[in-house]
Amino acid sequence: MAERMGFFTDTSICIGCKACEVACKEWNDVPDDGFVFRATSYDNTGSLGANTWRHVAFIEQQRPVRQAGGQSQGQAGSQDQSQEQAGHGQVSSQGQGQDQSQEQAGQGQAGQVSGQGQGQADGPGPDSIERWLMSSDVCKHCTHAACLDVCPTGALFRTEFGTVVVQEDICNGCGYCVPACPYGVIDRRERDGRAWKCTMCYDRQLGGLEPACAKACPTDSIQFGPLDELRLRAEERVERLHEEGRPEARLYGASPDDGVGGDGAFFLLLDEPEVYGLPPDPVVTTRDLPTMWRWAGGAAVSLVGAMAVSFVAESIVEKVTGRAGARGSHRGSVREALRTIDRGQSGHGAVVREALKMVDRGRTGTRGSHRGWGR
Amino acid sequence: MGALMREDAMVPEAEFRSYYGQPVIKAPVWHEPHMPVYLYLGGLSGAASVMAALAGLTGRDRLALTARVTAAVGATIGAGFLTAELGRPERFLNMLRVFKPTSPMSMGSWILTAHSGLTTIAAASAVAAALPAATSKITTTLPAASAITALLPAAGDAAVLATAVTGSLMATYTAVLLADTAVPAWHEAHRELPFLFAGSALASAGAAGMLATPRVEAGPARAVAALGAVMETTAGAVMERRLGLVGEPYQLGRAGRLMRAARVLTAGGGLLATVAGRSRTLTALSGLALTAGSLCVRFGALEAGRLSAADPKYTVVPQRQRLEAGKPASVPAQP
Repeated sequence: MAERMGFFTDTSICIGCKACEVACKEWNDVPDDGFVFRATSYDNTGSLGANTWRHVAFIEQQRPVRQAGGQSQGQAGSQDQSQEQAGHGQVSSQGQGQDQSQEQAGQGQAGQVSGQGQGQADGPGPDSIERWLMSSDVCKHCTHAACLDVCPTGALFRTEFGTVVVQEDICNGCGYCVPACPYGVIDRRERDGRAWKCTMCYDRQLGGLEPACAKACPTDSIQFGPLDELRLRAEERVERLHEEGRPEARLYGASPDDGVGGDGAFFLLLDEPEVYGLPPDPVVTTRDLPTMWRWAGGAAVSLVGAMAVSFVAESIVEKVTGRAGARGSHRGSVREALRTIDRGQSGHGAVVREALKMVDRGRTGTRGSHRGWGR
Repeated sequence: MGALMREDAMVPEAEFRSYYGQPVIKAPVWHEPHMPVYLYLGGLSGAASVMAALAGLTGRDRLALTARVTAAVGATIGAGFLTAELGRPERFLNMLRVFKPTSPMSMGSWILTAHSGLTTIAAASAVAAALPAATSKITTTLPAASAITALLPAAGDAAVLATAVTGSLMATYTAVLLADTAVPAWHEAHRELPFLFAGSALASAGAAGMLATPRVEAGPARAVAALGAVMETTAGAVMERRLGLVGEPYQLGRAGRLMRAARVLTAGGGLLATVAGRSRTLTALSGLALTAGSLCVRFGALEAGRLSAADPKYTVVPQRQRLEAGKPASVPAQP
């Protein structure tokens, strides 16, 4: 296998131009995704999907200006602040010390990006300033890729560059990869029935070229190269940003010890991952697959057990009430006789069949027997 | 109901951050009714085949016939729904391109293939035995077929024993299929879902046995239905209790209505099964209630999964809690 290749997306220098989105669509012939104005920010495409393989997230944050004493002023600002504090108080009941100090030392956090997406209508208050976060999201090409693990056809495969690619001539559109991805990247293109996602320009890589998005990026926010090199470069970049007084800079998906064994495409972020629509602690679902099969095995055994208990209990009931004799011996032997006769001549079968019915009637008594059920 | 509302009130309002409230993960793309009906039919077929094997072993021929036919019909129609669900149905055979233990859908495809083949043989032999006149007509007009019909009884008995294995897997693998995703309400329920589905499968197979077998021979089917209802109800209650916030989608909106309907129908049907005895009306009511309950569970589970994926809360909050407890997920890369 060739060297594992990857993307390092440094969002601190992304200018939100979307050249990557356009280049990706052009090169890979990706259909349009609706041209919808989302009215949330300068984000047109919303999220990664079957028809969006690079997605530039655009986050407009208003954060309060900190006056002497660290108190924020202004209505919008203080509202954001309280929302933010309430948020952290709820989620991080334990061990939030580090988080807190980071926030205070750093830029603070804009709170308007709440779960309900509220607060967007508020313009920047008189004493709040704006921050724009931009990040070009892409398939992470996980070390432990759930989509690849669960694909039942082998359409998804690991390339010689360590990337994860769908073979469009194999995929039968089962859709299993879609909910399996912990990042919500891959999706089924309903008009064509198959699953699609970023290939890290497999064809360009085979031709010795860098992927279209990285090539088109005017600020080198998207960097392409051997993953090991990119990781070193990213570490240096984070250190430099910290030295420059931007302690909020952090790497996302760079650690080979995380829940997906590290991402082939990782990021430098300036806020919590969930602010960019990324899961804060993703995990490959197949990590728990052996446990799942063990529980399913237990359930399967329970099913057979419950079934066996039902039959045994019923047999005991029959023995107690003396009904078993009729069914067990008479019916069985008559049926056997019936089979023997059927193998020989068909004419006698009907006669014995009638006899069988009579045996059944004798067993059940007269009640209800005239009403059918083949008795 | 009262207890349910109290539980709702006890789940604290979760605060978290997100990208404009958008989902982090993609919701399952599987359609209704295809997917949930397949889950139902697969469970029905699986449990019915185990019932067929036990009915055969205990000499209950009429129940065995019902169960064998139910198992075969369930598996065949189920496979049809599954194929129709594919984005590219003409490529359904690609499912058998690889044997892939890491993919529950690959394993399920192989299980379904084996199971539907075996149940078809088992049902064919049972039907041939039950209709000797028709069988003899075939063999007289088509002498070549006589070799097959001569082999059928033995092949059918062997097949039905094998379906006891494939059937128990058929009824439970679908729980792994749902759990092996990033959908929190499914993934975190990987302990209870197999029991929920196994119970639901037992109840539906018991219901089919009750509805299509003379009541005097349907005793075991009634017991199966009642036990299945107990298993399903218990698993569902344990699941919602253990999951907490992540289990919320099973109680909300349409998913909640379906799950509550399932609980009422299943518990009611199970109770009725125990007292139905020889009453035709009660038997029919019980069988229909259990069938409806089993269907509701499958539709409810799919809907809960969609809800769980659509709200970023269920993805972000548990992960954030994990991080803040200092226990991040770790699946290290192999060196």
